[in-house]
Amino acid sequence: MVMLEVAKAGLMVTVQAKPRTGYLAAGVSPSGPMDEEAFRIAQALVGNPPDAAALEFAQTGGSYRVSEPTLVAVTGGAAEVLINGQPAPCWESHLLEPGERLNVGVLRGGMWGYIAFSGGIDVPVVLGSRTTHVRNAMGGFKGRALAVGDMLTLFPSATRSPRRMRSIFRRPSGPIRAIAGPQDDYFDARAWSLFLEEPFAVSTRRDRMASLLFGPALHAARGHDIISDGTPPGSIQVPGSGTATVLTAERQTTGGYPKIATVISADLPRLAQMPGGLPFRFALVDQEQAEESLRTARRAVDAIIAEIEQG
Amino acid sequence: MVRIKPAGDQAVTIEFGDSIDEAVSARVIALERSLKDNPLAGITETVPTYRSLLVFYDPEILGGRDLTRHLEARADAATTAGAARARHFTVPVCYQGADALDLDAVAAERGMDPDAVIALHTGATFRVFMIGFAPGFAYLGGLPQALETPRLAEPRQHVPAGAVGIGGKQAAINSLPGPSGWRYIGRTPLRLFDPERNDPAFFRAGDIIRFAAISPEDMADLDRRAALGEAIVEAEAPW
Repeated sequence: MVMLEVAKAGLMVTVQAKPRTGYLAAGVSPSGPMDEEAFRIAQALVGNPPDAAALEFAQTGGSYRVSEPTLVAVTGGAAEVLINGQPAPCWESHLLEPGERLNVGVLRGGMWGYIAFSGGIDVPVVLGSRTTHVRNAMGGFKGRALAVGDMLTLFPSATRSPRRMRSIFRRPSGPIRAIAGPQDDYFDARAWSLFLEEPFAVSTRRDRMASLLFGPALHAARGHDIISDGTPPGSIQVPGSGTATVLTAERQTTGGYPKIATVISADLPRLAQMPGGLPFRFALVDQEQAEESLRTARRAVDAIIAEIEQG
Repeated sequence: MVRIKPAGDQAVTIEFGDSIDEAVSARVIALERSLKDNPLAGITETVPTYRSLLVFYDPEILGGRDLTRHLEARADAATTAGAARARHFTVPVCYQGADALDLDAVAAERGMDPDAVIALHTGATFRVFMIGFAPGFAYLGGLPQALETPRLAEPRQHVPAGAVGIGGKQAAINSLPGPSGWRYIGRTPLRLFDPERNDPAFFRAGDIIRFAAISPEDMADLDRRAALGEAIVEAEAPW
């Protein structure tokens, strides 16, 4: 049995895996990684299949030890990663030997980092996934964030040969694209012009469930209460405070605030990783353009993963 | 009035009205059932709510525009005849002691005695409008008007699973322990959510339920049996 020891806990370190889909009608939040692209690349760098589990952290990664030689890779941004004090760059994998200490420092250029271990983390599959939902204490390692002294189990590694990316992973730049609605008609022309013309920024009130944005207060002319309906990822809901709030991985499955627009899937990882306080604007696209952007983004990550696998 | 709107690039929402209404809910459930019985390739998941169905799709297989056209046709064809197939349940509730958190306060606010609250609550037929807020949490319609009671100004930090509550015009059964501002008048031993079950949520939108008062002794017995994973409530023939 391969053991993974948490020698020092980072911030909000959770076991993450593909979203827990198929149970929305039962009220079960999908959870899953905040940045699915960085997560997929991390898994590929250590030779894991896409449904394996890795660690996600917020800003600070922590320190880890393993009981068998294990490939490790850190993605999501740029962090100072050290193995026994020696630099081990992000976005490529390195062999971590028993007795060595992996130290993952503060993430720059991102909010959510990923640490993948070859073999993947062995935690029970709950309703189809190993992802942790912290608020409901579901899945992952005991349904919670990791703490110092926790001992996790890894599946045996398929490979011990480090891997790297052949091309640079680039994200789109420019405005965060969104599709109007479903409650676009709750907002009048003034609210819409504020939404599309004023800058927004992610505030410090952000977690795996939602990000509250700094920016103009958006007044819903038809009121800030709707009959609760379903909440897709990227929903920009606006409660009575007027604060635009983007719903993310750990969102509740239904909500009672009007949703002015929905961030497109291709831009959700970028928004999740947006440094706090950095101004950005929203721009509207239609559903068809957004679908095309999602397919393009997926093919780009597929290509990077194919190159990693070719070695 | 049927209105279909994009809800991002992996979902569309189809609204059958803008009110909390049994007939509207029946149309939501009819469409959900139609999509289950005759699936359309590319639809990944549906979420029935009070007056709308959120339909998720995989844009690698199906475009939102085609899905919207398809749903327009489906929504007209899906009839509410299936309502006769709704599952019916009688849910045991203990309205005494520690399980009756707010019973006396609700009775006082409504100007009646606690037994009258229980009689109204057990005499009504409720419809599960939606599962949401938390895993397995059941939003119910059908609360007698005399029992409508506003939520607490300050939510309670801990409400047990199974607590049976009132929030304004709505009723609910709590599924997991946690904070809530609803007024809880009793508790059911039924486990509304259990990830070990095939259907982790006990109820689904469209179910019809009524409550039956049980004694604290029966409550203790049913609590014990439910903890062992025993099914303590079964679907009944429509009343």
